[in-house]
Amino acid sequence: MAIKTKFAHEAFKVRVKKKMQDSFMRGAVASATDTINGRRVQLIEDMGNWEDLRSHGEEIRRHVLENLDYYLYQFSENVAKNGGHVYFAATAQDANEYIREVVKKKNAKKVIKAKSMVTEEIGMNDSLEAIGCEVVESDLGEFILQLDDKEPPSHIVVPTLHKNKEQMREVFERKLDYNGSSQPEELAGCARRVLREKFLAADVGVIGCNFAVAETGSTTLVTNEGNADLVADLPETLIVCVGMERLVPTFEEMDALVALLTTSAVGQKLTSYVTNLTGPRREGDVDGPEEFHVVIVDNGRSNILGTQFQPVLQCIRCAACINNCPVYRHIGGHAYGSIYPGPIGITLTPLLDGYEDNKELPYACTLCGACTEVCPVKIPLHDLIRTHRQVIVEKEGKVPFSEKMMMKAFGIGTSNFSLYNMASRMAHGVTKPLASNGRISKGIGPLKEWTDYKDLPTPNKERFRDWFKRHKAQQGGSK
Amino acid sequence: MQGTIQNRDAFLENVAKRLGRARKVQLEAPKWQYNPREEYLNGASQDELLEVFKKNGTGVNCEVVVTKKDEAAQAVFAGIKDFGGGPVITWKDSRYEELFGLGKLFKEDLPNENIDVFEWDYKLGRENIERANTANVGITISEISLAETATAVVYSDKDRGRTTNFLPENSIILVPKSSIVPRMTQATKIIRNKFNNGEAVPSCINYITGPSKSSDIEMKLVVGVHGPVKVKFIVIQDL
Repeated sequence: MAIKTKFAHEAFKVRVKKKMQDSFMRGAVASATDTINGRRVQLIEDMGNWEDLRSHGEEIRRHVLENLDYYLYQFSENVAKNGGHVYFAATAQDANEYIREVVKKKNAKKVIKAKSMVTEEIGMNDSLEAIGCEVVESDLGEFILQLDDKEPPSHIVVPTLHKNKEQMREVFERKLDYNGSSQPEELAGCARRVLREKFLAADVGVIGCNFAVAETGSTTLVTNEGNADLVADLPETLIVCVGMERLVPTFEEMDALVALLTTSAVGQKLTSYVTNLTGPRREGDVDGPEEFHVVIVDNGRSNILGTQFQPVLQCIRCAACINNCPVYRHIGGHAYGSIYPGPIGITLTPLLDGYEDNKELPYACTLCGACTEVCPVKIPLHDLIRTHRQVIVEKEGKVPFSEKMMMKAFGIGTSNFSLYNMASRMAHGVTKPLASNGRISKGIGPLKEWTDYKDLPTPNKERFRDWFKRHKAQQGGSK
Repeated sequence: MQGTIQNRDAFLENVAKRLGRARKVQLEAPKWQYNPREEYLNGASQDELLEVFKKNGTGVNCEVVVTKKDEAAQAVFAGIKDFGGGPVITWKDSRYEELFGLGKLFKEDLPNENIDVFEWDYKLGRENIERANTANVGITISEISLAETATAVVYSDKDRGRTTNFLPENSIILVPKSSIVPRMTQATKIIRNKFNNGEAVPSCINYITGPSKSSDIEMKLVVGVHGPVKVKFIVIQDL
């Protein structure tokens, strides 16, 4: 899987249409996002100074981005000083090649992974499977999706949001010869037993990194399951994949950002586990990796630096914007066709993957601004989405042909008095065959997209200009 | 041993170019305009911090027990029994006896009850991990403890295996009352100060807040996914 998911081959409108008909998914998305949001809001209320914390998060992230080369240098120096190896990967391909080399040198066949969006983005699993490795996802949700013929995640924090427990039981039965119930405890117990063996047998572990601490060369992992710790502690070789923007100056800034992340992502003051890894295991240590690799991934991020879209790199991947997006709530994660759905996804995906295949995404937004309001690091998401639209129309000229023609016709019609006069007089008559009781519920052509979801009033028989003229005449006015 | 760094210069040159300036090789430490994390429980006494720790550490499969040093052995024994007995795995750490008086419990009382106690010994290599994997209870010590979230901060070391906190079914973490601070903010300052005074940062620092859990199945809380199913914090009143 790369940034595009297997659903991306269909047109955006087709995907949306299909997903809008999946009533289980829509119910699950609504209830899950409401649950997380409820906890988040409650916690913020208890905290009292949330706005100051957000402002602090914003100032940290902005400072880091403005000085990113400095902090990346400092971080890499300190990783190496502690005995770790750092590889700077300009592209997904560079990152995958390096990871394959490490795995090949170790003659490793068994790779265990903890959830990491950047490894999804670069398509690492496929790249390792292509050289004959078994790659096992250990996060419970990712494990279930992987078993189910590598279904893509539909949410960046709760990847299985769209699936119910009966579907999960069926996957376990099919793939693991499981014959238990669909009770979450029993399903999780089965995953625990299967995965414990995988942890102990793995040659190489791969994890992501929420925050890389420049001053000490440490990586930070935030989880509830503890799987990432077993991935980091048991295999002899560990590879940590870091998005190049995920730096913090010191442990102190990490503290503030971890608080913003856990509050916004899951409504917890802290998750069960937060782990700082600083280099490989030390002399005499029994657990922890003997070899510690850090892969710093650019893959299109640097192109965003110095542009009007730079604030998107402040993102700490909490998904609060997703959980508050009315569009996401209706269409779910898969309809976006990107591993990054919701407001952050429609902002980031065109920047990392280009406008060509993603020009519809910035339109999957009502510009309501809920995302901007909840973002813990104050990314002006809906402004950036609007900027995308501007770029698409003005610079890229990527407006669909039909829309272009329509706008052209509208332009001609409204700029010529007699044409405008004629068209507005005709509107009522032309739409009459479509209307019943003064409403149009089954439109054709450009009206259809509107009337698929709600009906439209028919244009009035009398135009405002005509009414106004008559009204004035009745009143005896001269103008 | 120094590690390797590959492709750095070209990568960072590009970053600087995108930012529209030359590479930055020096930077003053940032001064933040906001400082919202320090207010919480600022100036609270150790007794107050313990109360908050107790309140926040009580939840699903998570419990806080407060005891005096001379009753610590009894509390740990009761905790192990509550978890269904052995096998038990501990670190090799003189503080078990010095701070908590647990030497006799580990060496005599538990073995006398046929509860196997394994002490981490780096010389035994991989066997430590196998023992941790089959242990029913792991017992470790918190270096810094956070009142806000009832979190234990543990450091790895050659005789303090990381997996003692992750592989056993149940976990007992010993918390000296003196180690409780308001929140992660103070802990990161303590760790940073040690580093700035020339001490090495442990290769692994774990902030542990309760048992392992997941909500990936229909958002229902499942406790004990990969790591411990149950956690008990035993606070020893060392002040």
